[in-house]
Amino acid sequence: MRPLRLLHQVGVVTQLSLRTIPQRLAPVLVAIVGMAGVVGVFVAVLSIAEGFRDTMDSAGSAEVAMVMRAGSDTEMSSFLRGEDARLVADAPGVAHDARGALSSAELFVVVDLPKKGSGTPANVPLRGVQEAAFRVHGKPRMIEGRIFERGRNELIAGAAAAAQFDGLDVGTTITWNGNPWTVVGVFTADSGLAEGELWCDLRVLQGLYRRGNSVQSVTVRLDSPEAFEAFKSALHDDPRLNVKALRASDYYAQQSQALVAIITGLGYLVALMMAVGAVFGALNTMYSAVASRAREIAILRALGFSALAVVVSVLVEAFLIGLVGGITGGLGAYLLFNGYQAATLNFQSFSQVVFTFAVTSSLVQQGIACALLMGLAGGLFPAVRAARLPVATALRGL
Amino acid sequence: MNDALVQVREVHKVYHRGSERIDVLDGLSLEVPEGEFLALMGPSGSGKTTLLNLIGGLDTPSAGEIVVGRSSLGTLSSASLASWRAGHVGFIFQFYNLLPVLSAEANVELPLLLTRLGRSDRRQRVATALEIVGLSDRAKHYPRQLSGGQEQRVGIARALVTDPTLLLCDEPTGDLDRVSAEEILDLLEELSREHGKTIIMVTHDPAAAARASRVLHLDKGRLSRESGT
Repeated sequence: MRPLRLLHQVGVVTQLSLRTIPQRLAPVLVAIVGMAGVVGVFVAVLSIAEGFRDTMDSAGSAEVAMVMRAGSDTEMSSFLRGEDARLVADAPGVAHDARGALSSAELFVVVDLPKKGSGTPANVPLRGVQEAAFRVHGKPRMIEGRIFERGRNELIAGAAAAAQFDGLDVGTTITWNGNPWTVVGVFTADSGLAEGELWCDLRVLQGLYRRGNSVQSVTVRLDSPEAFEAFKSALHDDPRLNVKALRASDYYAQQSQALVAIITGLGYLVALMMAVGAVFGALNTMYSAVASRAREIAILRALGFSALAVVVSVLVEAFLIGLVGGITGGLGAYLLFNGYQAATLNFQSFSQVVFTFAVTSSLVQQGIACALLMGLAGGLFPAVRAARLPVATALRGL
Repeated sequence: MNDALVQVREVHKVYHRGSERIDVLDGLSLEVPEGEFLALMGPSGSGKTTLLNLIGGLDTPSAGEIVVGRSSLGTLSSASLASWRAGHVGFIFQFYNLLPVLSAEANVELPLLLTRLGRSDRRQRVATALEIVGLSDRAKHYPRQLSGGQEQRVGIARALVTDPTLLLCDEPTGDLDRVSAEEILDLLEELSREHGKTIIMVTHDPAAAARASRVLHLDKGRLSRESGT
């Protein structure tokens, strides 16, 4: 049969089949809801991974570099002496402003705070930073209160941390290891990683945690992204230093890898299990559609419509059910979860990372593609059955 | 050369139900000249409808040959057979078999959707077919809004609309009251006499069969006797 004629027949038969949907609304709705559920869960779970990755990615820009001890994979396992930090600040490629090198030596410890709602204690990162930190990291901006004063037990909380954990209202005093801290401000960092942290003066943190003048990392802003290679070579070639330099963006991407892989794997696994159920739902719907349309299909066949047109029309209907289910699920996930804020343990730093679910258009597209596949899988066997319906029997048997 | 429109040659049709073999048609041969109005009668299970379905290409014989016009149906693929049905055969069923979601005119138009006719030509043909069956004023009605007799007229209009040579009617009056049945039979007679259609009608009703120009009786898959009217 010529493709255009087949297409025309498929159009006619599909139109007829869609017009009978009101008469078999319940099973069609069940299939749509089933697929929407799968897509919703699939997109929602993957939006966690996406949001986490976004948060980690936006933590570092290409012009910001991090320096840690050679061989360290995380700040937690890194150790640098105060002299090392000064040498790093003097390295070629480090940007300067009127107040000096854009370099912040940083110490990172983990403190306990109860999660809002559940009250469960959680590990929250407390970062001691130098005065240049705001200019180095670029994005942080105070939105409430003021910045901490040097030499005082004061801290500022990232907005996401303030939203997720108790005890971070401006003016509140918190005690860790017998040391009282006053929360004096809240800052944002464009939803980046820093928003889930607490920041304080490096010297104060070093003193209270008996770290002498040691730090764990030095973060610097470079003259340009291209300056990184020269900066890195200079540090590696300096015999006084045993450090490694990497772009902040690469470091945070590495930090998110394991968790993103787990969440993504989990998302696919859950979606796969649900998808099997949804395919059976679609199968059931399409089988009952074919059964309830047996007479109509037989009439069309008797009038001269081809079996192939019937097969394709059943598949098209299943495909459309998948499409509607996919769009509903994707849209539902977007409305319910996009921007939802959560905190999770990043076990590469043993501290909480605050992030927001990100239902991206690419995730929704993946979800819809899954639903279309489920629809086609659910429609295939019923379509073949429709084509094999004995016309004469179906015409008389009803 | 044989001038019969329908030639049925030594046709067998066997069904299997488990290990049981059922010979529905047993070496049946038959010729139907063009323009004839033939009635097939016989008890239930005698093979009347099976024969009709075989002639209409809705089913395939277990053995033997069926030729309609120039087409030997056994040589046609499933797709070609569907296409052949669309162009050459009009079916009229006992239970009308209209699509409930379509209006009368849309039901009648269905077979035309398989042709290359444009919309205005299709509308013209549908109007003509509905006029022939006397239902021009019910074109927009849905099957549920029509009486049984009217539904069957729509079924006849649908069978006629492609102007097929052969009309196959399976108990066309079986579900109708006497008055409606008479009207339908009048219509079939008119189609045979004035429009030259070849009609094969399966019926249990002797009164309906009496309208045909020839009546064949089937019994146990064979022709048992023939009577003219």
